[in-house]
Order: sequence, then structure tokens, then C-alpha cells
Amino acid sequence: MNVLAPDTTAALPELRDTRFTVPGIRCAGCIAKIERGLAGLDGIESARVNFSAKRVAIRHDAQLSEEALGKALRELGFEAQPVLDNPLARDDAETQMLLRALAVAGFGMMNIMLLSVSVWSGAGGATRELFHWLSALIALPTIAYAGRPFFSSALMALRYRRTNMDVPISIGVILATALSVHETIIGAEHAYFDSAVMLLFFLLAGRALDASMRGRTRAGIGALLSSMGRSASVIRSDGATERVAADRLKPGMMMLVAAGEALAADGEVEQGTGAIDNAMLTGESAPQPVAPGSPVHAGAINLFDPLHVRITAVAGDTVIAEIARLMDEAGQSRSRYVRIADRAARLYAPAVHSLAALAFVGWMLAGAGWHQSLVIAIAVLIITCPCALGLAVPAAQVVASGALIRKGLLVKDGSALERLAEVDIALFDKTGTLTLGFPQPDLSALDDDARAVALGLAQHSCHPFSRGLVDSLRDSGITPEPIDHAREEAGKGLTGLWNGTEVALERPDGQSAVMASQLRIGGRCWALPFSAPLRPDTREALDRLRTLGIESRILSGDRSDAVARVARELGLFAHAAASPQEKLAQLEQLKQQGHFPLMVGDGLNDGPALAAAHASIAPGTASDASQQAADAVFIGERLMPVALAVQVARRAMQIVRQNFVLAIGYNALAVPLALLGYVTPMIAAIAMSMSSIIVVSNSLRLAGAAR
Amino acid sequence: MSLLSFLIPIALGMGAAGLAAFFWAMRNDQFEDLDGAANRILIDEEESL
Repeated sequence: MNVLAPDTTAALPELRDTRFTVPGIRCAGCIAKIERGLAGLDGIESARVNFSAKRVAIRHDAQLSEEALGKALRELGFEAQPVLDNPLARDDAETQMLLRALAVAGFGMMNIMLLSVSVWSGAGGATRELFHWLSALIALPTIAYAGRPFFSSALMALRYRRTNMDVPISIGVILATALSVHETIIGAEHAYFDSAVMLLFFLLAGRALDASMRGRTRAGIGALLSSMGRSASVIRSDGATERVAADRLKPGMMMLVAAGEALAADGEVEQGTGAIDNAMLTGESAPQPVAPGSPVHAGAINLFDPLHVRITAVAGDTVIAEIARLMDEAGQSRSRYVRIADRAARLYAPAVHSLAALAFVGWMLAGAGWHQSLVIAIAVLIITCPCALGLAVPAAQVVASGALIRKGLLVKDGSALERLAEVDIALFDKTGTLTLGFPQPDLSALDDDARAVALGLAQHSCHPFSRGLVDSLRDSGITPEPIDHAREEAGKGLTGLWNGTEVALERPDGQSAVMASQLRIGGRCWALPFSAPLRPDTREALDRLRTLGIESRILSGDRSDAVARVARELGLFAHAAASPQEKLAQLEQLKQQGHFPLMVGDGLNDGPALAAAHASIAPGTASDASQQAADAVFIGERLMPVALAVQVARRAMQIVRQNFVLAIGYNALAVPLALLGYVTPMIAAIAMSMSSIIVVSNSLRLAGAAR
Repeated sequence: MSLLSFLIPIALGMGAAGLAAFFWAMRNDQFEDLDGAANRILIDEEESL
């Protein structure tokens, strides 16, 4: 299927694999377009799209550079960023390990059940003994393999003299297995292999759900991350340029910064004039003009002609590094957060252990003999083992995050969902968060031809206006007209030739307004007013937050007048021109007053605040660092996912608490039976599966919570 | 009893075969791109050939 055109040229030179993340892949048509379009090009052997991860893996001639491949993808109509390494590989490995363990546990459970059911329905004598031996033969390797995730985590916890959910699980499973082996050897009536393996199966199902939720959303976020600013073209003394990774740059080197590229280090412009976009760094919305001598900072994006920049500070000394340091420190407090499952385990585990110990001591005192006492103690341990508890949290969180993904919000993990449920005040950044990242043009004056020309021209530029123009035109389904000799001049605009006619996107004559542009085709002119509008549903989202009892405020790095306008329009309390340190201080102050702040922001300057907040959300257009610091990322133009996130998170925590009550309640019913010594392996198995099913069905009610 | 000596190995063998198939599928990245596989059936083959 979909075989790519085989390359018939003999003896290809060395081949390399390069992977690109392409967020624009949305349908089967995109897959076909990219794979066929790339496979037809010289030097490309094959291209394979991974739709789920929004990535393209290209196998190509080593001569072909990353830039050339990126350009080829852009010509096909897709924005693309090369992926350096797979930062998610470790998570994938963990998920795969859990899935394998789950498969093995499932296999073992089914086969042991097959044998157990015959024993329960009356098989006796030699048959029963044979079946117990067979069960042991299946169960021992299964438990050894499938139990590893629990055993290793329990060991780790014990080494630091703590308990977590895995300690009672491991003790229960190991004791039940050891006892069953003993019973098998002496030819007794009951063996608990089925309970032990079933316990592992249900718990692994919970873990695998948890891991797959993280995997799915991280793949989504990974697709949004770019590798901008992690390397730079350095001009060597002989005039040639070479790509140097950001951590190997040194002060005094000369960087050549192409249009649209992010700076990898702080420096001073030596050659070239133009403008840089500081929005990610400071939150300021208007581009800032630069000329030789102007200082520029890492993380800023060059908008026009290539700039020669002499590096003055690298890695540890840049403004970005200072922000990264703040983020690291701010993130510390969050790592101290204890997840609800572990909080429950702290209460539950000692209770279970003492109950089992009490049962043993009690029956010994009653003169039952150590064997029967031990059997009863283990039955108590198995029946109270947090099997449904293991599912209670992940099942609810997976359904909740699935509901949120459909609304365009990716929550990174369960802990994020738990913290989102607790927030009581929301702080919003302005540029790119309350407003849309790119200025939006008013296109009503343009006819179809003019639109197609405008798109053709705008594609050649990285200026925020051009990108806003490209976004809105592409969304309305316009195909770009080919433009020849397109060139961009800082401060003036874009010019080019369309079928021999001179066309231009330029600053209107005699007007100093920053937020306007005009399209010229031959002698005709169209005005293109731009605005940085609020997200379309900002008001509704803020209202929804208010009904949830959450006060919203603005915390922006932009100039006071720009912030004040938005604040007035939305009726919010605002704090403008805040540096990253000031944002951080604001959050710390709120936390000290006993609030649980939610931070919503996109720029690098929001990074420390995002890391320090009790919970944080970033838009999909945010800088890499911000997306990594945030607990959740929302995609698209609407702000409503932010309000929905809190609403669904709260609902999910309600369900989690119900699940705890159900699971503990169900097990509590069985405890008296176990204490009295009436629990057979069959009762244990039924109790376990019933409580798990109830917990999972209760969690499914969350599917419609994101309304 | 003699029937069991056939049936149990068969049951175990079939289960093990399923398990092996799952492991094989995972090693061969069959679960890498589930959404993509769902979409690829919509791609028309004939053009470009």
C-alpha cells in the first residue's frame, strides 16, 4: 500500500534519515500529498508520514541539507521544523514495557482462570493437583515478568523508607504466590495464583492507561515544539559558514541569522538592518527595528534580511539562560506535589498491613494454627489489595483527558489534572494568550485574484503581518499564485512579479500607523488593515471561569497602554510591563496568601511564572520552553479550552473520589468475610473484577464532561 | 484425563501464539501510527502510477 516510487538510479550515495515535525498534517490528503510530493524529488529515497505524531521521516541523500528539505515541505504547503532527537523516546519505552507486561499478565490470567474454573466447579484429586501445578508453571514466570514495574518501584520506595501504592501490591502478590506454591506442594484445596495474576493484570491496565495518556498528549505537544534557536550559522574567518550548536558558540563569533530564524545567543548587530520580533522574550507585540550597533537577545526572531551578529554572550550568560534558571528554581515547588493516589496509599497501606497482621495474630490466639492463620491473613491482604484503587485514578483521568483532547487541550499527565482542579485564581498573559499570536488582516476588500496574489507574496516572508495573512488566507482555502523575484526590504515591504506585473505588499504611503499594510497589483491598491484581536471567545471563557469561582487577572510584559486597552475591554485587573522576575514574584505572593494560581501564558518571559504557578496552560503557538513548563497546551484560536480544563479537572477529581469510595467500600464488604476465613480464591476473583468494572464504568461518565 | 492432555497444550499454545503475535506487532512498530493507518485507506492509489 502507498508504496513510494522506487528510485531506479544505481549506486546511490550515502543515505541519511531526517525527521520533521509538521503540525499541519490533518487528513489523508495531506499524507498522500507529502509522501508523493517528496518521493518525486531528486535525492529523496522515501518519505513516511506518521500521522499520530504529526511527523515526516525522510530518507535522503546525505548531500541534501535540512534547509532544502524544509523548503521542499514548505513548497508543498506545510510548515515544517526539523526534529533533532526524539525527546519522547524514554516515555515510549516505558509505555511499551507496560504494554508487554500487560499482555503477558493477560495471557497468564486467562490460562490460569481456565484451570481455576475447573477446580472451582469440582475437579478433585489428581486433576486438581495437576491443575495447580500447571497454574504454578504459568503463574511464576508471568508474575516474575509482569510484576517487575511494581517490584522495582516498591523497592525504590522502601530504600528511601517510604511507602507507595506499590508496596502493599508487591507484598500481597509475593505472599499470595509463595503461599500458593506451598499449598500446591502439599496438595491442598486452594491456590491463589489466579488472584495474584489477576491483581497484576488490573493494576497494569491502570498503569498502561496512565502511560498512554501521557504518551498521546506528549506526542501532540512534541509535534508543536521546534528546534529554533538551538544552533546558529557561524561565519568562519575564510568566509564559509557552518552550523554550530548553541552550546558550542563562543563570544566574538559572527552569526549569520537568516530571515525567520531565532537567535541562539545574545549579540550586537554588525551588518544589516531590519526588525526583530521580541514577542516571545518580552511579550511586546510590535516588531523592534534594529541597525548596526543594536543589541539583540537570544530567542528573538529575525524578521527580514539576514543579519550579521557578533556574539557577546552565550549559553549561561544570555537573557534566555537567566529565564531558564528562574524556571528551574520555580519548578522545584511543583515537584513536591503528592498525587492523590499516593496520598491515598499513605493512609491505606498501613491500614491494610495492620489489618492483615491483626487477622494473623487474632487467629493464632484463637488457636487456629500458623498455617490457617497465614491463609486468612493473605486472604485479607488480597481482598483489600488496592486493585480497583489502582484503576480509580488513571481510569478517570484518561477519560477526562480524552474529553479535553477533543476540545483541543492536551493535559500532560495526571498530576497536572489534579492540580488544575485546585486552582482558584487565573493570571493571563496578553500577547498571544488573550489576543491571537499573529495580527489578523481584514480581507473584506480583496477579490479572489488579489487574495491569491497576496498569499503568494506573503509566503515569502516571516514578518508577523505576512504570517497572519498566510494563516487566514490558507484557512479560507485560497491557492497561492506563483510570484517571481520576490524580495523583502526592511521597513518597506515585499515586492515581486506576478505574470509580469509588479506586485507588492507594503506599508501604505503617508501613513505612520503600525498596524496597516497595503497590497498593490500593477496600479491598483487595496488597503489591508491589521489588528491583534482578542481570541473570539475570550469573554465567554472568562465568564465560564467566573462561574467556577475563579477570578481572572492580566499579567503582561507589554507596554501599559496596550495592556490597559485590553484590560478595560474585558473588565479585568491588570499588571503591565512586568519582567519575568516580577511575574514570578506576583505568583509567589499569591501563593503565600493561600491562593492556588493558574498561569496562562505563551512567551519565554512567562516561563518562570508558568513553572511556579500551581497549574499552568500555554497556547500551542507558545515558545518551546513555555510549552515544556506548562501542564497543558491548548490548540487553536479559542480560549474556552482553558475554562473547560478547570471544569473537567474538577469533575474528574469528583469522580476519582467517588471511585475511591466505591473501591474501598466494595473491598470493605469483603473484609469481614476474609477475616472470618470464608474467602476462597473464587470470591477474591469475583470481588476484584466487580469492583474494577464498577470503577471503570463510573469513570466513563466523564466522557461528556467537556461541555 | 487423556482428553486434557490434548486440550490444555492446545489452549496454552493458542494463547502463546497470540502473545507472540502481539510482541511481534509491537516490535515491528505496528502500533506507531494508528490514526495514520485509519486515514491511509482513504488515499487513492492509481494517480501518479
